[in-house]
Amino acid sequence: MKRHLISAADLSRDDALLILDTAEELAKISDRSIKKLPTLRGRTVVNLFFEDSTRTRISFEAAAKRLSADVINFSAKGSSVSKGESLKDTALTLEAMGADGVVIRHSASGAPYRLAGWVRGSVVNAGDGTHEHPTQALLDAYTMRRRLGSLEGRRVTIVGDVLHSRVARSNVLLLSTLGAEVTLVAPPTLLPVSVASWPCEVSYDLDTVLPKSDVVMMLRVQRERMNAAFFPTEREYSRRYGLDRERFARLKDDAVVMHPGPMNRGMEIAAEVADSPRSTIVEQVANGVTTRMAVLYLLLGGADLGGNQ
Amino acid sequence: MAEAIPHAHAQAHAVLEGPDINRALIRISHEILERTKGGENVVLLGIPTRGVHLARRLAGHIRQFEGRPVPVGSLDITMYRDDLRTKPARPLGRTELPSDGIDDRTVVLVDDVLYSGRTVRAALDALNDLGRPRAVQLAALVDRGHRELPIRADYVGKNLPTSKSEIVKVYLEENDGRDAVLLLKEDSE
Repeated sequence: MKRHLISAADLSRDDALLILDTAEELAKISDRSIKKLPTLRGRTVVNLFFEDSTRTRISFEAAAKRLSADVINFSAKGSSVSKGESLKDTALTLEAMGADGVVIRHSASGAPYRLAGWVRGSVVNAGDGTHEHPTQALLDAYTMRRRLGSLEGRRVTIVGDVLHSRVARSNVLLLSTLGAEVTLVAPPTLLPVSVASWPCEVSYDLDTVLPKSDVVMMLRVQRERMNAAFFPTEREYSRRYGLDRERFARLKDDAVVMHPGPMNRGMEIAAEVADSPRSTIVEQVANGVTTRMAVLYLLLGGADLGGNQ
Repeated sequence: MAEAIPHAHAQAHAVLEGPDINRALIRISHEILERTKGGENVVLLGIPTRGVHLARRLAGHIRQFEGRPVPVGSLDITMYRDDLRTKPARPLGRTELPSDGIDDRTVVLVDDVLYSGRTVRAALDALNDLGRPRAVQLAALVDRGHRELPIRADYVGKNLPTSKSEIVKVYLEENDGRDAVLLLKEDSE
């Protein structure tokens, strides 16, 4: 495994399976009365969050703490960043404090990659701009594997704003590594130009794809990024690309519904679909902690491998 | 029965063969029954990977002698090792506790080779996070000496005086297709 986790493409099939298997073992920790392992004792993990986040930051914090690492939380608000400090200077400050692992979320795509060149510790990408969010893809793959068994040959449909979605990009890369067949469904305006080179199929029509899908992953309509006329009205989007009760009824009996959260109920997903037993939305949050524990253990738990990226 | 492989880099010498291992395990089963008053409240926990197979075999023998089942489980100690930082992160083994847990039970840890004692130290720490056994005992198929911690086994299949340059290899049917304990001597050349 590489020293940093910046893109889902950094993971070979063996790496990805090792992370998922490790997570499988670590999941048992949450059933124990003492939910803690001494493995990362004396190691420091810095959560560097330049963008708002609840579940990812809490999830990484819980994961690091369950492995006994010291956790330093940093959010851009209320820090020297608001005084104009650059990413590099912030990184050097952290370096001086001796961070063994840096978990970074940043609004600029590529920020974790730059950071990896400045710090000695392992860098974990917790979402950079519209680029990638590899641990989300890992926890999604883990959730699918728990529900469906193997991912080999499974059909996964990812629906919504692919253009701005780091979750979609990481999922496409990881799921194809794991042998699943991914189909992206979105209005043409919400697909990136480069999508033709991704290892997946593309469709504009949700209704033809749904009956064949084993997994339907709904993406959030990111209102904060909807600054151009990507679709005429929210109602029209919801009618054509929302997972409502009727579409839900046409899914296969064992198909599961996923959403990386936070969701807009009634927009991309109907409330009763989100709350149905076939939805894994709450499960995904719990699985996030164990998957991130596995990532932190595999990156920080062993010997320091030195500078090889 | 010495088995010397000529012209090989390392000399392999079979210390225990299949039937010897079986006899040792039968004796250990009897000793466990004797020491625990008929195996009452005993839980056998094997340390992956070969310790788990040994624990299952011991449980089989005990059931045969006493006619009642003994709970068996496995205890992975990877996350508790003190040498994690000397190698890249290792894959985890399986931890499976019997459904009744280990609280107030007599836990017998089972491992293939007892050497520095560091594995057992890690296992004791792991047990501490899983419950509170009434007592913890240790069974090892081979005790090769060279302890680095104040730990000793309660049940030993064979005491094997070794030098630190030698390697003890345990092969078990379930894992390796045959039963044997080999002592490998590094050639001085």
